[in-house]
Amino acid sequence: MSIIANPDTAKSNPRRGFERHLKVENVSRRAILQTLGLAGGFVLAAPLLSRPAFAAYETGAGKMPHGTVVDPKVFVSIAPDGIVSILAHRSEMGTGVRTSLPLIVAEEMEADWSKVRVVQAPGDEVKFGNQDTDGSRSTRHYLLPMRQIGAMARAMLEAAAAQKLGVPASEVKAVNHEVVHSASGKRIGFGELASDAANQPVPAVDSIKLKSPRDFRYLGKGQVSIVDLRDITVGKARYGADVRLPGMKYAVIARPPVTGGKVKSFDAAEALKVSGVEQVLEVKGWPWPSKFQPLGGVAVIARNTGAAIKGRDALKVEWEDGPNAAYDSVAYRADLEAAARQPGLVVRQEGDADAALKSADKVITGEYYLPHFAHASMEPPVAVADVKGDKAEIWAPVQSPGGTREDVAKTLQIPPENVTVNVTLLGGGFGRKSKCDFALEAALLSKTLGAPVKVQWTRDDDIQHDFLHTVSVERIEAGLDKSGKVVAWRHRSVAPTILSTFAAGADHAAPFELGMGLVDMPFEIANIQCENPAAKAMTRIGWFRSVSNIPRAFAVQSMVGEIAAATGRDQKDMLLELIGSPRVLKLASVKDLWNYGEPYESYPIDTGRLRRVVEFVAEKGNWGRSVPKGHGLGIAAHRSFVSYIATIVEVSVDDKGKLTVHQVDSAIDCGTFVNPERIASQLEGAAIMGLSLAKYGEVSFKNGRVQQRNFDDHPVVRIDEAPLVTNVHIVPADADTPPSGVGEPGVPPFAPALANAIFAATGKRLRALPIGNQLAT
Amino acid sequence: MIKVKINGQEQSWDGDPSLPLLWYLRDELGLTGSKYGCGQALCGACTVMVDKEAARSCITAISDVAGREVTTIEGLHPTGDHPVQKAWRQVNVPQCGFCQAGQIMQAAALLNENPKPSHDQIRDAMSGNICRCGCYQRIENAVHLASTGV
Repeated sequence: MSIIANPDTAKSNPRRGFERHLKVENVSRRAILQTLGLAGGFVLAAPLLSRPAFAAYETGAGKMPHGTVVDPKVFVSIAPDGIVSILAHRSEMGTGVRTSLPLIVAEEMEADWSKVRVVQAPGDEVKFGNQDTDGSRSTRHYLLPMRQIGAMARAMLEAAAAQKLGVPASEVKAVNHEVVHSASGKRIGFGELASDAANQPVPAVDSIKLKSPRDFRYLGKGQVSIVDLRDITVGKARYGADVRLPGMKYAVIARPPVTGGKVKSFDAAEALKVSGVEQVLEVKGWPWPSKFQPLGGVAVIARNTGAAIKGRDALKVEWEDGPNAAYDSVAYRADLEAAARQPGLVVRQEGDADAALKSADKVITGEYYLPHFAHASMEPPVAVADVKGDKAEIWAPVQSPGGTREDVAKTLQIPPENVTVNVTLLGGGFGRKSKCDFALEAALLSKTLGAPVKVQWTRDDDIQHDFLHTVSVERIEAGLDKSGKVVAWRHRSVAPTILSTFAAGADHAAPFELGMGLVDMPFEIANIQCENPAAKAMTRIGWFRSVSNIPRAFAVQSMVGEIAAATGRDQKDMLLELIGSPRVLKLASVKDLWNYGEPYESYPIDTGRLRRVVEFVAEKGNWGRSVPKGHGLGIAAHRSFVSYIATIVEVSVDDKGKLTVHQVDSAIDCGTFVNPERIASQLEGAAIMGLSLAKYGEVSFKNGRVQQRNFDDHPVVRIDEAPLVTNVHIVPADADTPPSGVGEPGVPPFAPALANAIFAATGKRLRALPIGNQLAT
Repeated sequence: MIKVKINGQEQSWDGDPSLPLLWYLRDELGLTGSKYGCGQALCGACTVMVDKEAARSCITAISDVAGREVTTIEGLHPTGDHPVQKAWRQVNVPQCGFCQAGQIMQAAALLNENPKPSHDQIRDAMSGNICRCGCYQRIENAVHLASTGV
C-alpha cells in the first residue's frame, strides 16, 4: 500500500497538520481486498476530498488531523451474495457510533440494513481520515461525508445496472438493495451488481444527489439497535481485555505512586515464588510531563492475570517520589480559593464589571469547588502488543487509533507504516482511552520479551494512575441593581490545565478549556468579566467526558438558582431572563473563541436555541408542577459541544439526609440527528454519570498519593440509587440544521439542576462536590 | 488436581488452587465473556452462576468450586435466548456492554430464585452490579420484562 500525501503537507507535523489535499497515488488492490474482503476489485486514483463543494454547512472536520476521506471505495464493499460491508473508522465506547455512521451510508446507498455488516477499521488516518473518537464529534463531522459516500456508492450501483440493461442511468433507481428500471420492471440486486459497480468511476462529490430527508428509512427514525447487541448479550463481544494470542504473556505493572516518581530499587524474590509468575522486570518511564508516555515501574509477567496480580502483591519496590510528593488536596483547594479571590488573567471583558460590582445594589457571591474525577470505565485500561523486529501489532480499546499508531511508532522508533492498531470494542472510554499509555506499555514489554504481551490495569491502577479531570474553584460575583436585574458578572475560573500534561509549567487554561462554559457564557448582562488565575498541575490532567464544562456549568447554573432564590423568582424564569433576547453572541473581547473547533457561521452561540430548549424541557417535564412536601425541582441549561441541553431534576431528601432522585427530564437540541434511540441512551447515562459525580466523584491526594483505590472508597451510583424515571426529549430539527454533539453534553447540566433541586427541597445550597455527607448535617 | 464442571464440560486444573475462578475462565480456558472490573466483588462484572446461584468469580478461588457446576454467560442458554437475554435485546439495554454479561447472569440468578420480583426487589438484587454507562433504567425494565414473559 502506498498512499502518499501531497509533498507540501507531508512536511508538516503529521499529527497536527491540516492535510486537506491528500491524494491517492496508488492504492494497492491487495491491501484493500484484504482489509475488507471485497468481491469487486477497487483500483483507483480518485481524489479524496476533505470538504464537499456543495455542503449545506461547514464543519471543523477538515481541520482535524488528516481531515476526512470521502471515498466509497475505502468505506464500502459488496459481496456477490449481496452482503454490504461498511467500515466503521471511529471507536465504539458505548455511544453507538459503530452503528450510526455505517447506518448513514446504508441510508444513502439504499442498502437494506439487515444485509449490512460493519467492519472495524484499524488505525490509519491517511487512509480513513481522522479517527479521534472524542469531543462528541463523530456524527457532527461525519454525517455529511457518510451521506456522500453512500450516495456515491448508490450512483455507481445505478450506473452499473444501467450499463447492464442498456438504458440511460437516469432511468434506473436504487431501492432497498436493488436497482430498479421501472419502465421495464427489471430489477437487479446489489450482489449481482457488485463487481460491475466496483469498476465504475467514483463520481465527483459535486455531481451526486443526496436523498431527500422525506425518503429516509433509518435516519432520525428511532429504533435501530446497535450492531453488537446480540454479541454483548451472549458474551461474544470482544473488548481489549478479551484478546488472546498464542504464546501470550500476562503482565501487571507496579507504577510509581506519585506522578513523576520513579523506581529506586526493587526486590522480586517473593514475587517470583508465586505459582505462575515467570519474570519480573523494570519498565521504562518518562519524566513528567510526557504526554501519554508510560509512567514506568516494575512489571510482573505470568501465565495468567491472576498470577501476575498475586506476584505484584508480593513485590517489594522502593520509590523515588519526585517533584509532586507534597501534593495535598486540602492545601491545594485553599490555594485555588486564594487565587480565585484575587484578580487573574482577563479572558473576556464587556463593559466594566469591577465598577458595576462596586456600584451594585446587591452582590451575590458563589464560590464553587469541584474535585478531581476519575473516569473509572468498567473496562480498566488494557492492551495486547506483539512486536516482532521492526513491526508492531496492537489490539487495544483506544479512542485514538491513529494517534496510538503514531505514538507506538515513536516509542519503538519504527515507522508508523510498520504499526498495526486493531481497535476492539471499548468497555467505556469517557476520555481515558484517548490516552494510549497502556498500549505503549504493552509494546515496550513485548519488544523486551520477544513475545505477545497483554498489560492489564487493575481497578486500583486505574483510579491511582488516571489522567484525572481537573480540580477547580469557580468564583462568581453577580451584581444586581435595585430592581433585581443582574448588571454585573465576574467569573474567575482557576484549575490546572490539560496543557500541563504536554508541557512543563503550563499554568493557564487553553482556549479549548476557556471555551467550555467560561468565555462562551451566554447571559445578556451589560458588564461581564471572565478571569483565569494561574494554577500549577501536580498530577496528570486529562479530558473527562464534557471536560471543563462540568465545573463551569455547575457554577453558572447554581448561581442562577442563587440569584432566583435571593430575589424570590422562579428558577426557570430567572434563567430565561439571564439568557435574554434570542440573538447570536458576538464575543469581540475573546481572543480565541474555540467554539469546539467549529466555524462560527455554522455553529454560532444562539441564545434563541438555548431559550427554546429551556422552554421545551419546561413544557415536556412539566416544570412548576406541584410536588410532595420535602421534594424540590431544579433546572439548568448549558450549551456544550455545540449542542443545547436543559435538564430538570426532582429530588427529595429525608430527615437522615438520604437523597432520592425521583425524576429527570432532559431536552437536547443537537441539530439534525441520526439515531434517537441512542441519543436517549446517552442522556439517560449522562444523568447517572452526573449523579455519580455529584454524590461521590472525588479523587484526592495526600503526600502526593491518590487516596482512593476501588469502588468501595471511590463509589459510583448503583441501580438502587438511580433516578426512578428519566425522560429524554429531543428537539425536532430539519435536515439543514448542522448536527452537533450528543455523547458529552448531557453531563454538565445535571449536577447544577440537582443542586438547585436540593436547594428547593431543603434550603441547603451545595457549593462543593461531592455531596458526600453534606445533606446529613 | 481440581475438577470442576463449566458450562456442562468437565475441566481440571493442577495449578495454584487459590487462583480466582475469573482468571481461570478467561486466561486458561478462553471463556472471556465474564469480565474483570474490580477484583474485589465490588462491581459484579465477573458474575457467574455456581450451582444456579450468582457468584463473583473474581474472589472465588478455583478450589472453592471443586466438584461444583459453574455456568458462565457463554453457557447460560444454548442459543443465547434465555428470557433475560431476549429481554435485554428487546429493551436495547447496553451502551458499551462491558458489564452486561455480569448483569445478565445476576438477573438470571435472581429470576431462578424469585420469578416475579418487584421493582424494589430488582433494584436490590441488581445493586451489586455497576454500569458506568448508566443503563440502570433499562436494566430494571428488562428484568421486569423477562419476569413477565418476553
